[in-house]
Amino acid sequence: MTRSWPRTVLLYAGALLFVFPFYYMLRGSLQPEPDTSLKGVLPTGGYTLDNYAAINDRVHLLQSLANSGIFTTGVLLFTLVFGLLAGYALARLHFRGQGMLFAVMLLVQIIPFQLLVIPLYVMVVRGYGLADSYLGMILPFAINSTAVFMFRQFFLQLPEDLFAAARLDGASELRILWSVALPLVRPAVLTAALITFIGPWNEFLWPFLVTKEADMQPLAVSLANYISNIAGRADNPYGAILAGAVVLAAPAVVLFVAFQRHFTSSDLGSGVKG
Amino acid sequence: MTTVPVAEPRGSATLTPDEPPPAPRRRLATLLGRQPLGLAFAAPYAAFLAVVFAYPLGLAVWISFHDYFFAAPGAEVERPFVGLDNYKTVLGDPDVQQAFGNVVEFLLINVPLTVVLALVLASALNAAVRGRSFLRVAYYVPYVTASVALVAVWLFLFSQGGFVNQLLGGLAPDPSWLVNKGLAMPLIAVFVTWKQLGFSVLLYLAALQNVPRELYESASSDGASRIRQFWHVTVPGVRPATTLVVILATITGANLFTEPYLLTNGGGPNGASASPVLVMYQKGIEQGSPDLAAAIGVVLVIGVLMISLVNKKILERD
Repeated sequence: MTRSWPRTVLLYAGALLFVFPFYYMLRGSLQPEPDTSLKGVLPTGGYTLDNYAAINDRVHLLQSLANSGIFTTGVLLFTLVFGLLAGYALARLHFRGQGMLFAVMLLVQIIPFQLLVIPLYVMVVRGYGLADSYLGMILPFAINSTAVFMFRQFFLQLPEDLFAAARLDGASELRILWSVALPLVRPAVLTAALITFIGPWNEFLWPFLVTKEADMQPLAVSLANYISNIAGRADNPYGAILAGAVVLAAPAVVLFVAFQRHFTSSDLGSGVKG
Repeated sequence: MTTVPVAEPRGSATLTPDEPPPAPRRRLATLLGRQPLGLAFAAPYAAFLAVVFAYPLGLAVWISFHDYFFAAPGAEVERPFVGLDNYKTVLGDPDVQQAFGNVVEFLLINVPLTVVLALVLASALNAAVRGRSFLRVAYYVPYVTASVALVAVWLFLFSQGGFVNQLLGGLAPDPSWLVNKGLAMPLIAVFVTWKQLGFSVLLYLAALQNVPRELYESASSDGASRIRQFWHVTVPGVRPATTLVVILATITGANLFTEPYLLTNGGGPNGASASPVLVMYQKGIEQGSPDLAAAIGVVLVIGVLMISLVNKKILERD
């Protein structure tokens, strides 16, 4: 196909619209006074880190970031260990109940999580007493079903001869998974890990329900509480809010930009084409 | 077994016939499958699904049919069966009706906007264009960013004296966006479209790779214009992706919570942007009636499944 100007202009104009709020977030977080005028868009007229200090005073940024980090790491760990094992079993081993497990895995993806929020709250907070704990936060997200599905698809695409040869050599299944299959799908595992990362890092409703103590709240929750409760009483609420937003957005955006090569339609395609 | 199973029919695990196992192992094999180790590998995930998915699903339905309330841990309380009472209460509640109406409004804006924009952008990105990786990052970055962070900027952009109203000058709506009965929900729909669009573009990009190039070539040699090619080759060619995009948009709509909670300050003005999940939260957690909240959840899921089925039927006929 040939290059055409209208198409290029359309794509870049659209991209500008998509990126602008991110620029405006950063710009607003560094402004001494919120300037909403048209001129205020330009990166001129003073920079300050006061807003970051202000949000740090109100929500304990480091503690919140650590909580987000623990929540996310827990989910990643469970998904990478148990999700890989399940994906491998679904793709490469034949066992009773395999078909049913696969069907349930697909079903999980179309049931809105929010329906489960009330019974999960009843179970986790009221039943198990896991309010204000990392385990309570992690539990409903522990193994990401989309990642399991992607692992299965990756392992399915490997040639059967590879597995037959390893088995003939007397390698155990665990060893085949670790030393034969995993190295071949490593880039794809990175993609699945990225997808898994953005789930808990960005999640709001569940940790919001589970954590009441400020010291246990992930950043998304403490920032949201700041927005809805305290912001009205601050001098420059928007400056502090936007500074918090930058801190919350940055890790996901940086990881995504760094690894965007892996976030392509062909990698994900195998994961989403049922 | 020499071929690699690349695409298999959905919903069925591929069980390939092999030579039968030796006699003593055969009984065990019929009981547990050929490789019982698979059970051990899959067990943690299966247990996870049972605890976090199957049991709560059953519990949600059970709660919705009983007079359920929060009690002190360990306390023995009676929770009598009340039949459809919770459903009657919930469906007769004007707040709940308004919230469901709001989701319909949300979907009527979000779904067409998502399908059209994502397909147009994906087709444009699929062609040779300078700076593709920049464009890709630009379109996907809202998708990977936390709603809470993005809501913060939109609050700033769309506030009374915010940038958007400054830009519009005399055309700025009164009352302003977030406190305007007629604009709050459409604005949320546009926000979610913007945030999720990158993922739909990705799905369409994957689908476009499966449209045979020859179809374009033959259409082009028949003298079909670019627009006719798009309409008669691309659109039918990516229909399975469209089904998926519509189903995902429906699920997103059903899950809507963060935006009405934060962007319009709890579904304001006057419930004009409340979503069913927001009402679920208010009734279930804030007001302590998990039974009513569970009933809303069940109605919501039935709605999602119905829309998904209808959508599949409509988009996959012929």
